[in-house]
Amino acid sequence: MWFLTHAWIIPALMALSFLLILFFGKKMPKKGSEIGIAAIGIAFILALLTAGSWYTHNNEEVEGHGDAAAMADVQEGCSNEVDHLAAEDHGEETEDAGDHEGEEPTDVGDSDEGTDDHALGQSDSGEYAAPAATSTAVASEGEEEHVTRPVVRCAAWAEIGTPGSSLITWGTMVDGQSVLMLVVVTLISLMVFIYSSEYVSGDRRYTHYFAFLSLFSASMLFFVLAQSTIQMIVGWELVGVCSFVLIGHWWEEKPNSNAALKAFLTNRVGDIGLLIGVAILYFAAGRSFSILDLNILAANGGISHGILLVASVCLIFAVMSKSGQFILHTWLPDAMAGPTPVSALIHAATMVVAGIYMVARLYPVFFEGLSISGSSVNFLAIVGAVTAMFGALLAFVQKDIKKVLAYSTISQLGFMVTALGVGAWTAALFHLFTHAMFKATLFLGAGSLSNAAHHSFDMVNDMGGMRKVLPRTFWTFIVATAALAGIFPLSGFWSKDEILAGHGSLFSAGGNGTYHVMLVMLLIGAFCTAAYMTRTIWYAFYGEFRGHGTPHESGSRITVPLIILATLGAVVGVLNLPEEIGPFTFPESISLQFEHFVEPVGAYFPTISHAEFNIPLAIFSLALALSAVLLTYLYYWKGAFKFLHGLSERNRVAGLGKTILVNKYYFDWLYTDVITGFVKGPAARATNWFNQHVLDGIVDGTAKGAVVAGQFVYENIDQKVVDGAVNGAAITTSEAGGVLRHLQTGRIQQYAALFFAAAALLAGVFVVAIG
Amino acid sequence: MLLTQFLLLAAILFSIGVYGVIVRKNGVLVLMSVELMLNAVNINLIAFSTYHGLGGQVFALFVIAVAAAEVGVGLAIVLLIYRNRRSVDIDQLDELKG
Repeated sequence: MWFLTHAWIIPALMALSFLLILFFGKKMPKKGSEIGIAAIGIAFILALLTAGSWYTHNNEEVEGHGDAAAMADVQEGCSNEVDHLAAEDHGEETEDAGDHEGEEPTDVGDSDEGTDDHALGQSDSGEYAAPAATSTAVASEGEEEHVTRPVVRCAAWAEIGTPGSSLITWGTMVDGQSVLMLVVVTLISLMVFIYSSEYVSGDRRYTHYFAFLSLFSASMLFFVLAQSTIQMIVGWELVGVCSFVLIGHWWEEKPNSNAALKAFLTNRVGDIGLLIGVAILYFAAGRSFSILDLNILAANGGISHGILLVASVCLIFAVMSKSGQFILHTWLPDAMAGPTPVSALIHAATMVVAGIYMVARLYPVFFEGLSISGSSVNFLAIVGAVTAMFGALLAFVQKDIKKVLAYSTISQLGFMVTALGVGAWTAALFHLFTHAMFKATLFLGAGSLSNAAHHSFDMVNDMGGMRKVLPRTFWTFIVATAALAGIFPLSGFWSKDEILAGHGSLFSAGGNGTYHVMLVMLLIGAFCTAAYMTRTIWYAFYGEFRGHGTPHESGSRITVPLIILATLGAVVGVLNLPEEIGPFTFPESISLQFEHFVEPVGAYFPTISHAEFNIPLAIFSLALALSAVLLTYLYYWKGAFKFLHGLSERNRVAGLGKTILVNKYYFDWLYTDVITGFVKGPAARATNWFNQHVLDGIVDGTAKGAVVAGQFVYENIDQKVVDGAVNGAAITTSEAGGVLRHLQTGRIQQYAALFFAAAALLAGVFVVAIG
Repeated sequence: MLLTQFLLLAAILFSIGVYGVIVRKNGVLVLMSVELMLNAVNINLIAFSTYHGLGGQVFALFVIAVAAAEVGVGLAIVLLIYRNRRSVDIDQLDELKG
């Protein structure tokens, strides 16, 4: 429990590491990298202990019933809704009526699709009896009842409005989801730190690099532990800034600094969506930033459907930019300009998964807002599916191995977003988890390859035949590729299959809706994934070596992280084995462990239905992946399908398709030439004309009017009235002086005579007046 | 009655003093006339003191002391004027003319 309430230590440790490296790094024997590795190592151990602690906490018997008991670990003051529940639970009949009843729409329950409409219909006050009712109902049916009890700690940050009315808090919200991310982020970061100490050794900004790597991890950890949406925004932006710094690590070269700027600015576009979404939710939830409040209200109909829809669409724009979804994905391939370990960190653990995590964290908002349950199409699922399919197609025409992986990440993030969009929440997080392992392996492997190929990433021109010289890199790359392609029994197979099964009734039972279109798009994406990864292996590891010099295997600080990550990437799939596969039944102690660990059950999470493992679908997707591998193998290794070679030169349609892909669907052209070009060209000229003629005309006219008015005032008022008065006074004084100067003869006796005369006169007056 | 005579004497002395101050050209004589006026005042003070206590006599003593100082300063001025101009004719001293 101590680890759950003190989770803040983990990001704080990494932030401290950032400061220490920045201030003392250069004086250390290893230039600061040892501080970073030690800090992330400790953070990783703490994260594992936290995970263990959560596992125990999550499996403990719950005392009492209902939501109040489930929320017993929430510190008072962190969530209005939970405080409300606790007050009701203690029998204090002080329902602050009007506080909640005023906000509640009268049609509570209408927007809820679940099984408990009757319960919600009755609860017309702020009691959220519905999930409690559901869970007790389930319990009475004899099934194992399980309610997730998030551990929330917070501190006041700022107060807005009148005292006590609205408190901005920051703190930690620890539940399975955030604990999972703690482990993933610290694990990948640890591997990346160790890898970097060899990969960027001798770099001119080695210390600086490690400092920002620490800050990057700290920001992401801060983000995943966020207790309020404001804190989430802070973490979100910190992650963005760190990615800007690290992508532009070698900023002396113009393309690198351009890529960093592009990443940052593209993210700014999406951030506007995040800000608006959070603001909408803040007001909708009765002025609360607490994530728990938002989730409880959204999951139980406390916020109207329309508001949730608008808020979730705004937040989806944030996801588009952060997680590289169409149409704001263009920064991600360019972000390859950064050092390779940074790419691994960005793609596997920190930057891009922030978007996925945000959706997963505020899932009730999306689930209710987009009516995910029982629907067959929604914005989130479309964005994800389009990204998954079109991103995978783009990977085919890349020569740069890191760009292949970048488009692969875009495509895989599309899988996760689609999974969230179709209600397969656990599948999305499971895929995030497995993807982090094998994508980190792939990126680090690409870095190892480029180390051997004289720091080139061009697999078509500078690689080939690396299989023999880089055996460890080769084997880890093969394992990670197989996992990414979804080959049984590697981790990618389990997570991808869970996503596909979550789409609903086409092959499988269960699921929240019938998302058949998305399922087909994802299957195409999965097929392409297997094919382009096979192509990558052909170019990088087979054939003749096309570069120059003699390539060599990388050192142990590069290969050991590769081996660890590849092993994990291969085996972590067993963490979420389905309960039964056809005739086989797995015991409860090993099946669905991941789901049990991560997925919240209770008032702050919607009741989602889980798809069961489906053999036809699994076999179909596996066959699809294997056939993709086989076809690519025949094409490259055996030279089959001769007619396809050079097709794009001969056939106009194929050529057109290739041109579109090479130009990345013209998105960059759209942004830089059309939009920016329009802003720089016609829009700028029009604005300039408007400025020159209209605005300047107004300004000039005003100025001319002022000049005329000034001239009039000068000539008439200033010259005649004011100066007249002044001059008149002067002239009067002067003339009076001229008259009086004759008295000033300079003869003292005359003065004396006058003085005496005056004195005598006064005396006379005196005498007369008094006497 | 005796008081009236004293006051009359003082008035005559004062008038002579005023006349002297206004008319005489010699700076020394102007100073002497000023002394006459002061002494006229002294006579007044002493004459009234007979009826109103000794305050008047004290004032008279003050006036004599101040007059001595005044004459000292005045004579020094006259001496300097003489040194500069070889004359003490105050009609020529019209530098205060406006």
